[in-house]
Amino acid sequence: MGVTLTQAAAKHVQNFIAKRGRGIGLRIGVRTSGCSGMAYKLEFADVLDEDDLQFDSFGVMVLVDPKSLPYIEGMELDYTREGLNEGFKFNNPNVKDACGCGESFQV
Amino acid sequence: MALLQISEPGMSAAPHQHKLAVGIDLGTTNSLVATVRNGISVVLSDIQGRAMLPSVVRYTADGQVLVGDRAQVSQSDDPVNTIVSVKRFMGRGMTDIGDTSRLPYRFVETTSADGFGMVQLRTVAGVKSPVEVSAEILKLLRSRAEDALAGELLGAVITVPAYFDDAQRQATKDAAKLAGLNVLRLLNEPTAAAIAYGLDNASEGVYAVYDLGGGTFDISILRLSRGVFEVLATNGDSALGGDDFDQRIHCWLLEKNQLSALNPKDTRLLLTLARAAKEQLTEHGEARITAVLSTGELIDNVLSQDEFHALSKNLIQRTLQPLRRALRDAKLDVKDIKGVVMVGGATRMPQVQHAVGEFFGQPPLTNLDPDKVVALGAAIQANLLAGNRTGDDWLLLDVIPLSLGLETMGGLAEKIIPRNSTIPTARAQEFTTYKDGQTAMSLHVVQGERELISDCRSLAKFELRGIPAMVAGAARIRVTFQVDADGLLNVAAREMASGIETAIVVKPSYGLTDADITRMLQESTQHAQDDMQARSEREQMTEANQLLDSVAGALAQDGELLNLAQRADIEAKILMLEAALQTANQLSIKRAMTLLNDVTVSFAQARMDKSVTRALAGKNISDLEHK
Repeated sequence: MGVTLTQAAAKHVQNFIAKRGRGIGLRIGVRTSGCSGMAYKLEFADVLDEDDLQFDSFGVMVLVDPKSLPYIEGMELDYTREGLNEGFKFNNPNVKDACGCGESFQV
Repeated sequence: MALLQISEPGMSAAPHQHKLAVGIDLGTTNSLVATVRNGISVVLSDIQGRAMLPSVVRYTADGQVLVGDRAQVSQSDDPVNTIVSVKRFMGRGMTDIGDTSRLPYRFVETTSADGFGMVQLRTVAGVKSPVEVSAEILKLLRSRAEDALAGELLGAVITVPAYFDDAQRQATKDAAKLAGLNVLRLLNEPTAAAIAYGLDNASEGVYAVYDLGGGTFDISILRLSRGVFEVLATNGDSALGGDDFDQRIHCWLLEKNQLSALNPKDTRLLLTLARAAKEQLTEHGEARITAVLSTGELIDNVLSQDEFHALSKNLIQRTLQPLRRALRDAKLDVKDIKGVVMVGGATRMPQVQHAVGEFFGQPPLTNLDPDKVVALGAAIQANLLAGNRTGDDWLLLDVIPLSLGLETMGGLAEKIIPRNSTIPTARAQEFTTYKDGQTAMSLHVVQGERELISDCRSLAKFELRGIPAMVAGAARIRVTFQVDADGLLNVAAREMASGIETAIVVKPSYGLTDADITRMLQESTQHAQDDMQARSEREQMTEANQLLDSVAGALAQDGELLNLAQRADIEAKILMLEAALQTANQLSIKRAMTLLNDVTVSFAQARMDKSVTRALAGKNISDLEHK
């Protein structure tokens, strides 16, 4: 299972990494904070950590630390546009409840 | 849910803690706003996908303020109330502007306490200062950015021409304050362009920035050393730009068709076609221009690239003269220039690129969009200042463009901080009395490179009083000049024996007083009603969309609870609400929402019954009572 990107999301990530000029992939994780318990972490990855889990999705290497995985197992990351705003959207099957803004969640 | 952006490693923001920062290119002709998203600097477009906002503001009799394209369309119908190129008036007095007879505006000369005043414009909506007009442009860019980033802005970096003096910089800051923007930094436009090209990542070098905009031409020579850009020289022509190329084509058309002076409408038509032809000639060998004039006369000409080059040759030559002067001022030779950055839409013309390449003996940098490059660089700087990058990255410093000093006896300027000092900076110098028993000293702060006070720009005057009576030359008065990161000045004077002190924040003479700003801020709260209206409209749209979503969901899940007639009724009301949303009319959306709510009441009832039945099925009363 792991964590996957949609094809659109993968295309954007590849594009961003190419323009940034460095980076080996995308790091996705969670951390405790925010109004509803957990918050997502979405970062460029420059180094591979020893215990990182790796998932390949449409040519993008997705890195997840093992502690984060249970919270986001089976998640799909999409790239969408809403009005003038655009960005990544997390479709996480583990989420039971999210705060109104969707920036933090509970499992 | 919220949409997320990729952060630098270790820099993910906590929820609701995104440090949103933008770069704004507040241009003479067009303005843009950009931000760093997913590690890349991008320009933010409006809902129609237009990145450039014409720097035009129109005031109407009914109190409306139109900005951008909506204002530009009225430029010829309502020239007095449609303010274009307001940047030329920022921090400027009547004497600075010179000949105003060719401008359509009704200027009002104002005088502040110290005898200076920024020129103001009388419009149908009252007297407006250039600061207020610029603030309208900034407000629109701010709301565009907040819509696009779905959050409140931490701050903005706003670009200004390298030659802007303190008064013009202060006016720009005031405009931002009025627009509710926190200014992280004012940044020189050529410096911003150099940052966009990543030139700051190189260690050393001298670069030229060739900026041919719609109506102005600027050349800047920058030296980069240890992450600091120094402006070595600036030059230019404030009345030369892309519009002059349109004018040349326009004149060629008149000549070809043996036309004399046209009416304003036809002139505008031909100028628009001339501009289109100019743009076409960037990509194509020739451009065809056809038009029917109001006299019924038919225009049909083909302009070839070669002909256009011949027509525009001396315009391009006119840009090379300031180039040579700038190099001479910087005491540099063409071969010292490591790279040339092209800025401004007019630099797309191949003949301009060719001429610049030939002059410098190297092809100029053109791979970034020349209209956007300044905003892109400002966004990179804003992202850095907002703290979205890790600490080991560079922090770019800027320099003051003109020396700051004091008037001394005989009307001479004594420089305290020389030009090109990196900012922030502070310098002190001691002065003394020149008469026996002198108890007060007048300090006159000036900016400029010239020796005579009359040739420098006066920034402020203040007095140090209560100096103990002493013989001439015995008092020691220490004057400290301090320039903050925005290039704005604090001056303090202290008599060393008695310790008496006086200080002034240099509100450059053409800047606004705090009272002015307060008044303008109060006026802006009068628009709070409109803002609230806009907000409620937006909220209602969201609510309507939510209602549509939930009804659609319910139909999919429990549609079988409805008979055909009920279902048709609900679907009709859905269509009605969707149509009302298209019109964006608040009243009709509200009405349609009520109707849809009404027809779904019994459906909701039925769904409720169904789920209760489901929940209770197979359980007896006592089970339920225990719970």
